[in-house]
Amino acid sequence: MSPVAVATVETASQEDLETAAEVLVLEELLVEEISIDGMCGVY
Amino acid sequence: MTLTLSSACALHPQVALRPEPFGALAYHYGNRRLVFLKHPDVVRVVRELGDHPSVGHTLRACGIATERDASFLQALNQLTKSEILRVC
Amino acid sequence: MSASQLVTQLKRGLDAPICLTWELTYACNLQCVHCLSSSGQRDDRELTTEQAFAVLDELRDLQVFYINIGGGEPMVRRDFFDIIEYSIANDIGVKFSTNGAFIDEKNAQRLAAMDYLDIQISLDGVDAITNDPVRGVGSYDIARRAMDNLKAANFGPFKISVVVTRHNVDQLDEFKALADSYGAQLRITRLRPSGRGVDSWNDLHPTNEQQVQIYNWLLAHGDNVLTGDSFFHLNALGESLPGLNMCGAGRVVCLIDPIGDVYACPFVLHDQFKAGNVHDTGGFTSVWRDSELFTSLREPESAGACASCGNYDSCQGGCMAAKFFTGLPLDGPDPECVTGHGATLLAERQASPVSITPKPSKDHSKPARSALSVVS
Repeated sequence: MSPVAVATVETASQEDLETAAEVLVLEELLVEEISIDGMCGVY
Repeated sequence: MTLTLSSACALHPQVALRPEPFGALAYHYGNRRLVFLKHPDVVRVVRELGDHPSVGHTLRACGIATERDASFLQALNQLTKSEILRVC
Repeated sequence: MSASQLVTQLKRGLDAPICLTWELTYACNLQCVHCLSSSGQRDDRELTTEQAFAVLDELRDLQVFYINIGGGEPMVRRDFFDIIEYSIANDIGVKFSTNGAFIDEKNAQRLAAMDYLDIQISLDGVDAITNDPVRGVGSYDIARRAMDNLKAANFGPFKISVVVTRHNVDQLDEFKALADSYGAQLRITRLRPSGRGVDSWNDLHPTNEQQVQIYNWLLAHGDNVLTGDSFFHLNALGESLPGLNMCGAGRVVCLIDPIGDVYACPFVLHDQFKAGNVHDTGGFTSVWRDSELFTSLREPESAGACASCGNYDSCQGGCMAAKFFTGLPLDGPDPECVTGHGATLLAERQASPVSITPKPSKDHSKPARSALSVVS
């Protein structure tokens, strides 16, 4: 993994911790499925 | 079938994982399902599932706190339903 | 992280596109009046087989799981099978869009034997009378023959791709029945005023009443019909349609054109939305990660003139391409805004003597433009 990628992972983790704090009591939603066809910008 | 801490499972051979800032994308080439793994911890767990005898062993080996077990079981069950994981 | 937080993440962009559209050639046997890329004639600068393989090597390294191949008519290229086979061998799944002219019995069998391949056949009417004025004389029969051949070869569930216009909007149930009869999947998408659509959009785009009709039809059938999230501007009518409800341009998708130019999406083939070229230093990867255009598309957008309307969260202000090619400001309503804000602006613009509508930067239309005169 490149240094750039490592840096962005750390950033995301900190943000996740902040948002996770509110929902920790209930549950973490760790995965989410979308359709490969569900993004606008493809014909 | 529902996964428990004593179940054994592994990444489906037709699934690829791609690292992303928020965690990873998982794509199943067979059924074309795309799943966002939204935390680096769940990515580590998914990668290592096949190396340990059970889900519980994997969670402990990855240093996941036991109070998060329910969340991880729910996530792994959803991944099994999408065939991202397969039960061994 | 809730669904909306996921969308926030996606809007900031990803290390690589989730999928992208790659138009292999500007050559086409048809001259559809709404062609997004104004295709017709081949461009001498189109990527060679070797250059195409090099792009695929890069996409493999970026772990782009899936590409959408289009054109022009991609099967016109003599190396079409070489390219899709190379892609699949490198773990890049392929969906390609075709008018079906080259899917004869033999090619259908060859395609049916391949894994990780999806095909979508374009059809804009359930009969030739509706379809051919848009796609050209004989194009309905061509498409049906291709579907018959794929079915006979047991290809499996291919897709039927319909651009919804004011002339076929009443046929949605019939399109669904046609798809079901083939065991196929129906995919309906929004008409854009891009490419040759700049000239045909006014006559083809659904009326405001018809947009409500599309919305209600999708609410009833949305789970079994693909839309590529292309109707998210209709979400302002109430309940959200299935999909991410966001513009993916330069954030999760992009487009590579036949000569290697990289655009934000297939609907904005204009210099203003060109991020770079695959031949640039650093290749496609640098264009995706570092280009000025894509970086700016990943910054938080402002609701602009739409801020005062209560619907912005639902409709996101609509489609950037639809606004751009109708000459509307990008930070205002979509021309097909369901509240009518866009139509009002459009009428004012069209009444103005100095209004200039942007034209696509490239035009590969055949000189005769024969498809335009099919209704005689």
